[in-house]
Amino acid sequence: MDFYGINPAVLIASLMVASVPIMLAAIGELVVEKSGVLNLGVEGMMIMGAICGFITAVHSGSQLLGFLGGAAGGAVLSLIFILLTQVFLANQVATGLALTLFGLGLSSLLGQGYNGIKPPPTGMVPYGPLADIPFFGRILFTHDWMVYASIAVVAAVWAVLKYSRAGLILRAVGESHDAAHALGYKVIRIRVMAILFGGAMAGLGGAYVSLVRVPQWTDGITAGAGWIALAIVVFASWKPWRVLIGAYLFGGITVLQLNLQASNSFPIRIPVEYLAMSPYLITILVLVIMSSGRGKASLNAPAALGRNFHASR
Amino acid sequence: MLILERRPTPSRFWAWGTPFLAVILTMIAGGLMFAILGKDPFEAIRTIFWDPLFNAQFAAYSRPQLLVKAGPLILIAIGLSLGFRAGIWNIGAEGQYIMGAIFGAGVGLAFYPMEAWFIFPLMVIAGAFGGLIWAMIPAILKTRFRTNEILVSLLLVYVAENILASMSLGLLRNPEGGGFPGSRNLGQYPSAANHELIAGTGMHWGVVAAFIAVIAAYILLQRHILGFQIKLAGQAPRAARFAGVSPDRLVVLCMGISGALAGLAGLFEVAGPAGQISIDFNSGYGFTAIIVAFLGRLNPVGILLAGLLMALTYIGGELAQFMLGLPSAAIQAFQGMLLFFLLAVDLLSNYRIRVPMLMKEAR
Repeated sequence: MDFYGINPAVLIASLMVASVPIMLAAIGELVVEKSGVLNLGVEGMMIMGAICGFITAVHSGSQLLGFLGGAAGGAVLSLIFILLTQVFLANQVATGLALTLFGLGLSSLLGQGYNGIKPPPTGMVPYGPLADIPFFGRILFTHDWMVYASIAVVAAVWAVLKYSRAGLILRAVGESHDAAHALGYKVIRIRVMAILFGGAMAGLGGAYVSLVRVPQWTDGITAGAGWIALAIVVFASWKPWRVLIGAYLFGGITVLQLNLQASNSFPIRIPVEYLAMSPYLITILVLVIMSSGRGKASLNAPAALGRNFHASR
Repeated sequence: MLILERRPTPSRFWAWGTPFLAVILTMIAGGLMFAILGKDPFEAIRTIFWDPLFNAQFAAYSRPQLLVKAGPLILIAIGLSLGFRAGIWNIGAEGQYIMGAIFGAGVGLAFYPMEAWFIFPLMVIAGAFGGLIWAMIPAILKTRFRTNEILVSLLLVYVAENILASMSLGLLRNPEGGGFPGSRNLGQYPSAANHELIAGTGMHWGVVAAFIAVIAAYILLQRHILGFQIKLAGQAPRAARFAGVSPDRLVVLCMGISGALAGLAGLFEVAGPAGQISIDFNSGYGFTAIIVAFLGRLNPVGILLAGLLMALTYIGGELAQFMLGLPSAAIQAFQGMLLFFLLAVDLLSNYRIRVPMLMKEAR
């Protein structure tokens, strides 16, 4: 059952892998934005996670430690964002941009001498007979454990935001920091924790790019995935499960265009460059659709998004 | 414990003082980074900031480079600063820069090998047009559909990079280039070349355009109603709306101006210092210009000085790479650090820092 040399089961299986980095980064950013902070530095934190994870994995020989290192790298970079926006009350848009510019430079500095090295191989989960189920076995039971972990993170974020007291407080801070402050919640402390979580998730996503998806280190390896993750949060109108849908959609487009690049039997030959730009174009298209018309995504945005909090009394 | 107290009006002293403080802090932090990399920090800082201008051996080569590198940075940053002042975030100048270069070079190459006086002016118009339409995409999506201009303008950079690759491999490839990617060299086509105007200074038409942009932006912001509206919209959006300022008109104008200027910068670069359209034509000027705009405190004169300083870090960085083996990525990180320190010390112009214990003693 192939279409022009593209097998749908393989396509779905590989889109699940391709969407892991943006899904992780987007769910982290969703929590950050739910707390009322706009961190545009996702791309910078992702690439720092990619290089930190890569270095840790190469030196320790353990992929798990690599992922932890990646999460730590992203979180450490987000500390700078915390210092600037939460302590020094700097503009969040500008600080996020600075984070990306700095992250791109620092990652390529740290990555000197790591080009062309292979990271430790991916540990496959032993599925036994499950993987032999036709079609669904190929789609569901051929992945490394991070694919399942990323879905679990989405579920956890959804559950915490919807059902727990901590989630309620986080949303309150994001909707009205003044009211939350008046109720005695520590606005800055809650936001700091949210930003750290966002940084760790972006770093984890970046580490997945350099350790599993590519897997090697090159400068600028994340290639705009962080910006697509930011767009997915808007696409998802700040709802966790829609992040999953959004990530699969963009993972699907990425994988499909890669397959079309390689496919020889597809009737129309589209130049490689135009296929390569399609994920970005479709992201823009989706942003336009989501921001206009009746289902306006922006109506769902946290009310205090992007505004700094300074307790004057 | 320290307490922050909002100033009723931003401090005039710190408005000018913060960029200098930020540069000094960046030099200290950058020196630490160079020391960690195993280089002598003092020598590295001297190589970056002093040698390109005053070292007898290198200054003859480096000094002209200062204007060559500062020209596009200033041109782009001036455009960006207008939008940033009004709270309109065009961060896709890199893409507009690429599209300006493609449009301008395309017009020039279409006339090849004809020689005529009007070719270069036509290229300049095409370059500005290329940047303009690329910036109009986020602007119109913003005004029509309320789509976030930050994300759209940034995502379009990746689209522009792919178009650039496609152009240098296909449509604009040099037919006599032996199959190598990249267009004809415009430097060898006199009617289309953006030559050095005064030998040995690095002064080309792009630098002239940058100076004109600085003056025009200064007049716009100081004397023209549009400049007033831009400042008002940034500082008090609600008041601006009551005063009859149309936010949509500002979005289109600010995006359009910044796009056209970025396109011009791209055209002058491709016809001059770069010479040809190639896959790796863009070198991040569009992003560095964001730092330049903030370092100049979004003020035209400040941007002029900031552009020169940032150009110095580029040239000094190359020199340090050559002399001390400092990786070029270290300079990129150094420039990013500068933006961090700028944003951090900006606190001083809007807030007073009080130490409660000292205040009690004073009473």
